[in-house]
Amino acid sequence: MRFLFKTSYAQDIALFRHSGQRFWYGALALALCAAPWLLPDYFLSQLTFIGIYSIACLGLMLLAGFTGQVSLGHAAFLAMGAYTEAWLQSKGWPFALSLPAAALVAGVSGVVVGLPALRVKGMYLAIATLAFGFILEEGVVRAEGITGGNTGLTVAALRIFGIDFDNGRNFYYLVVAIASLCVIGVLNLLRSPTGRAFVAIRDSEVSAQSMGIHLARYKTIAFALSAALAGIAGALYAHKIRFLSPEQFGFLQSVELLMMVVIGGLGSVHGAIFGPAFWIVVQQMIVLAKDYLPPVIGQQTGLQPTIFGLILVGFVMFEPMGLYGRWLKVRIFFELFPFYRKGMFKRQKSYMKSERVR
Amino acid sequence: MTAALLEARHLSVQFGGLKAVNDVSFEVWPNEIFSLIGPNGAGKTTIFNLISGLYRPTSGEVAFAGEVISRMPPHVIARLGIARTFQNIELFEHATVLQNLLVGRHCHRHTAWWQDLFFTGSVRRAEVEFRHQVEEVIDFLGLQHYRDSLVAGLPYGVRKVVELARALSMRPRMLLLDEPSSGLNTEETDDIGFRIADIKHDLGITVIMVEHDMGLVSRVSDRVLALNLGQELALGTAEEVQAHPGVIEAYLGTAELDDV
Ligand SMILES: Nc1ncnc2c1ncn2[C@@H]1O[C@H](COP(=O)(O)OP(=O)(O)O)[C@@H](O)[C@H]1O
Ligand SMILES: [Mg+2]
Repeated sequence: MRFLFKTSYAQDIALFRHSGQRFWYGALALALCAAPWLLPDYFLSQLTFIGIYSIACLGLMLLAGFTGQVSLGHAAFLAMGAYTEAWLQSKGWPFALSLPAAALVAGVSGVVVGLPALRVKGMYLAIATLAFGFILEEGVVRAEGITGGNTGLTVAALRIFGIDFDNGRNFYYLVVAIASLCVIGVLNLLRSPTGRAFVAIRDSEVSAQSMGIHLARYKTIAFALSAALAGIAGALYAHKIRFLSPEQFGFLQSVELLMMVVIGGLGSVHGAIFGPAFWIVVQQMIVLAKDYLPPVIGQQTGLQPTIFGLILVGFVMFEPMGLYGRWLKVRIFFELFPFYRKGMFKRQKSYMKSERVR
Repeated sequence: MTAALLEARHLSVQFGGLKAVNDVSFEVWPNEIFSLIGPNGAGKTTIFNLISGLYRPTSGEVAFAGEVISRMPPHVIARLGIARTFQNIELFEHATVLQNLLVGRHCHRHTAWWQDLFFTGSVRRAEVEFRHQVEEVIDFLGLQHYRDSLVAGLPYGVRKVVELARALSMRPRMLLLDEPSSGLNTEETDDIGFRIADIKHDLGITVIMVEHDMGLVSRVSDRVLALNLGQELALGTAEEVQAHPGVIEAYLGTAELDDV
């Protein structure tokens, strides 16, 4: 077990808390760089998807996990980013401009969707965002001139400064780079006043305002940033799939994003990456397992949603802190190894419960 | 005579048919400890909510440092220098003690969210400065041991102190304490009493306190206002108010104060 002796405030503020962390994240960075040489194309492509979904989940995590505002319409922001990117690319905009534009368009739409959040909470907000998702999906179908409507839209191959980014390896690096920047941006927010204001709003709106936090402003910022991140993910998604149609951004997609975030662990940045990683790995396992299952089960149409539904229920019941919570426990088990006791976390939980009754 | 720091003028608020606060007026002088007492439901917490802007008065107004604040939103009032605690602790449960206190520095921030996004030099400098200031409060209230603990796991007594610390981190001009001793044992209550006195003497902060423990009230208060059913009963020193026939009657009706 490691004891941290803090000797300066800078240590408190630093992104990496100790040299061990620096080592492990360095190793992770190396592994990510080496992946194209180690993994077959198909797996690299799945890894790219994990990166793209991580960006979207990071946005949703900021909103749902850190600010406590539910969104059931997040796929709409994905769509905003994807279609903006596709359209601007077709107009010949360079990626360095079209990507920020996609983020901006999605972010502005996030501000609009965030408006009800200034008045309503919880279930009502979920319904309001859900409604927005439907409206936008309908809008995409109607705006045939830009989106191609129900027939769909083909996205041009991505070139940046004359370099072809349509091949798997280059695009993979692009996604990893952008995702890393997004992670750093979110971590920066969380260690500064803005992020603390988000958490304050999540935990107690009354005391947040009594501490001088302007609720409306910070909720709006949270919605805007969350949507902008989804927009960036959408833009990358557009180039990855290279074909867009409205049903890719429907209600189911919104729910999937929310499930990834919950499975990953609400309120942790790790969770925003664990969630989609777990999701895509399980998805691949289901595809593989299908061949070995008896046809009655294997060929069922609702197999995948059912399995994910069960996984979600399992997490909510047994590990509300998601994969991140599980990971923490495993880590503590090894750190404390000979001294770990079985009831450790249970005691803490029951203590918290009894405190709450007062 | 100096000017009052806080002034409630004919303050009333009505919820449906219930007049929770009914034409209450009082003045709080700078660097005074002013206590509000009264049986449950007397309207004490409601007065705090009116001062901090969580409720709007039906009629009347509150002035702070000569400025009418009763039409301002809570976050603006907080920035003017009014901090508060809550009767049922309202901490940010899933954050550490340090993070809770740092939120107290929020009203003194001067960086924008996009600077936070890049953690620019000025954000970094402000963060170090904030920690410096918060550390003083941690020392003042002896919270070093809990600095990096999650609030959710802390015992009740400690959480009360953390809430006080969070309010002090704002470096307010005025502090509203809603039942600072409720749920504490005698020893902890004595502790809180010393701390409130220190807040007045060492930090020069004006305190309005809602409190049921008459021992604590007598020990620290300069003046006491007794309320019942939203109306003023008596105003004066602790002894004067406790001897007031209306106050005795109000408490006998509820048989709540053992000290009276
Ligand atoms: N938001 C509200 N809506 C309706 N009634 C309220 C509200 N806030 C307070 N009250 C009522 O006002 C009265 C005074 O409450 P309160 O100020 O909390 O009393 P206390 O003096 O015990 O702190 C109580 O009858 C309470 O039910
Ligand atoms: Mg009360």
